[in-house]
Amino acid sequence: MSKVLKIANAQAFWGDSLTAAASLIHQQPDIDYITLDFLAEVSLSIMAAQKVKDSSAGYAQDFVEVVKSLIPYWLSGSKVRIVTNAGGLNPQACAQACAEILRQAGCSLLIAVIAGDNVLDIIKAEPETSTFNNLETQVPISEVLSKLLTANAYMGAKPLAEALKKGAAIVITGRVADPSLTVAPCVAHFDWALTDYDRLAQATIAGHLIECGTQVTGGISDDWLNLPNLAQIGFPIIEMSSDGSFIITKPSESGGRVSVETVKEQLLYEIGDPQRYLSPDATVSFLSLKLEETGSNRIKVVGALGSAPPSTLKVSATYHEGFKAEGMLAIVGRNVQIKARRCGEIILERLTKAGFVPERSLIECLGCGDITQGVLANSHLQPFECILRICVADRRREVLEHFSREIAPMVTSGPPGTTGYTSGRPHIRPVLGYWPCLIDASLVKPIIEYIKVSQ
Amino acid sequence: MITETIHLRKIAYARSGDKGSNSNIGVIAYTAEGYAFLEEYLTTEKVAGFFSSLEPKNVIRYELPNLWALNFILIGVLDGGGTRSLRLDAQGKAFGQILLEMSIIIPEEKMSLMSR
Repeated sequence: MSKVLKIANAQAFWGDSLTAAASLIHQQPDIDYITLDFLAEVSLSIMAAQKVKDSSAGYAQDFVEVVKSLIPYWLSGSKVRIVTNAGGLNPQACAQACAEILRQAGCSLLIAVIAGDNVLDIIKAEPETSTFNNLETQVPISEVLSKLLTANAYMGAKPLAEALKKGAAIVITGRVADPSLTVAPCVAHFDWALTDYDRLAQATIAGHLIECGTQVTGGISDDWLNLPNLAQIGFPIIEMSSDGSFIITKPSESGGRVSVETVKEQLLYEIGDPQRYLSPDATVSFLSLKLEETGSNRIKVVGALGSAPPSTLKVSATYHEGFKAEGMLAIVGRNVQIKARRCGEIILERLTKAGFVPERSLIECLGCGDITQGVLANSHLQPFECILRICVADRRREVLEHFSREIAPMVTSGPPGTTGYTSGRPHIRPVLGYWPCLIDASLVKPIIEYIKVSQ
Repeated sequence: MITETIHLRKIAYARSGDKGSNSNIGVIAYTAEGYAFLEEYLTTEKVAGFFSSLEPKNVIRYELPNLWALNFILIGVLDGGGTRSLRLDAQGKAFGQILLEMSIIIPEEKMSLMSR
């Protein structure tokens, strides 16, 4: 197996472009795999709420649209395969929905469903286990046990690679480590041993680079304003070689840029200790990585060092922590910062007088330096307009209901130049607490099922 | 020695995000000289002081000399992070751009070796 393996990403998060996968295949038909990442840290708790209302929900329904967009390519001979965590809390239902539209379209292929990441029952059965203590605060999970909504372990590439080796064209998982979506096709294609840690480390770096989609092709880059054709920004493609070295690039006719700078920015994105980047497939050191520009929008990456992964898997758990709502008003005129703040204080004062003292509240004057809480001394700024943002949280829903009625009255009782109240009363949303912890890897048992879509 | 006061963005670029209730800021120098300077100059104390209004519990720095980069972890600056935080920028996405506005003092003769 010496062929270069082409692995693209077409989804950085739930809500990202739905047309990227089809565009990639259209622009570059020789892509072997497309990975799609739908799960941020708290996405599963949103899916949990959906599943409570409808037992056939609880996954990223957007993915079914992506599958639909790829059907014409499969029917005309494309061999592209898909690896995604779109299954969320209900990968079986996600796969069934995909199978249904593929069947209707007359598109025969094999879908693999990988579950086993849901560890909520394991945690509830043994809440005193020390690995379930909050990784940041060391507080035992028993403190929030009655409010726990979800708990999912980040599984590794192994079951995904197994499903790909069985011939699955679409692999749908629940929670897996984001880079493992990229590691799995490499392991399956090149038949790497799961102890070949340096190669797994290279594939993990590749996965880390593309998991946020266009963030590595110019999106949020410091040089963004100078980049070409951002309306057609390209999604990233890895060209992986059997020795683990790879090139990161994008479709030639797409916009944005892949440069040493964009790659470095994304390498540093949301990492901790670069000598011990922990993933279920390998522990990775970034400290011997080398980047080399080998052509226009082509950066070669070599040198990641791998060692055995930890004996524990990370778990993202979420728990219900009441409600929150935020209201906004635009204030125009002189001394807007003072006026906006006073306006926010009046809203809180009225709430307090009505007997609803919120547990937490925050007033921000957007445009006056408050987004970063006054880190920059803004004395030189004399903005003539700003947005008052007021956010309140409480475990009692009625506090939020009362709060949401207190924004509009400021339109007629507030400062001169108050405007922009167009979106109605603020929506009341659940507050989801995030509980990172660990679980002994041997307790997490991946389950693989197959659905053969045939005519 | 003649010195010059510049913004950090003259010699480096950055990207920031969240990990739970902590934020990480990757600061990347444009040149090897710039990295050597920042490794010495941009200490955890300076970064903690710059972000003091966010009340970081601690600031950790990791060095990546092979990438001319420093990775700062600002502990406990995200008001609980994720959906728990009441802040507009609950994920610290803006911190990188803000840090690049830090004023730094550099030897004037090194300026051309450090900037893009």
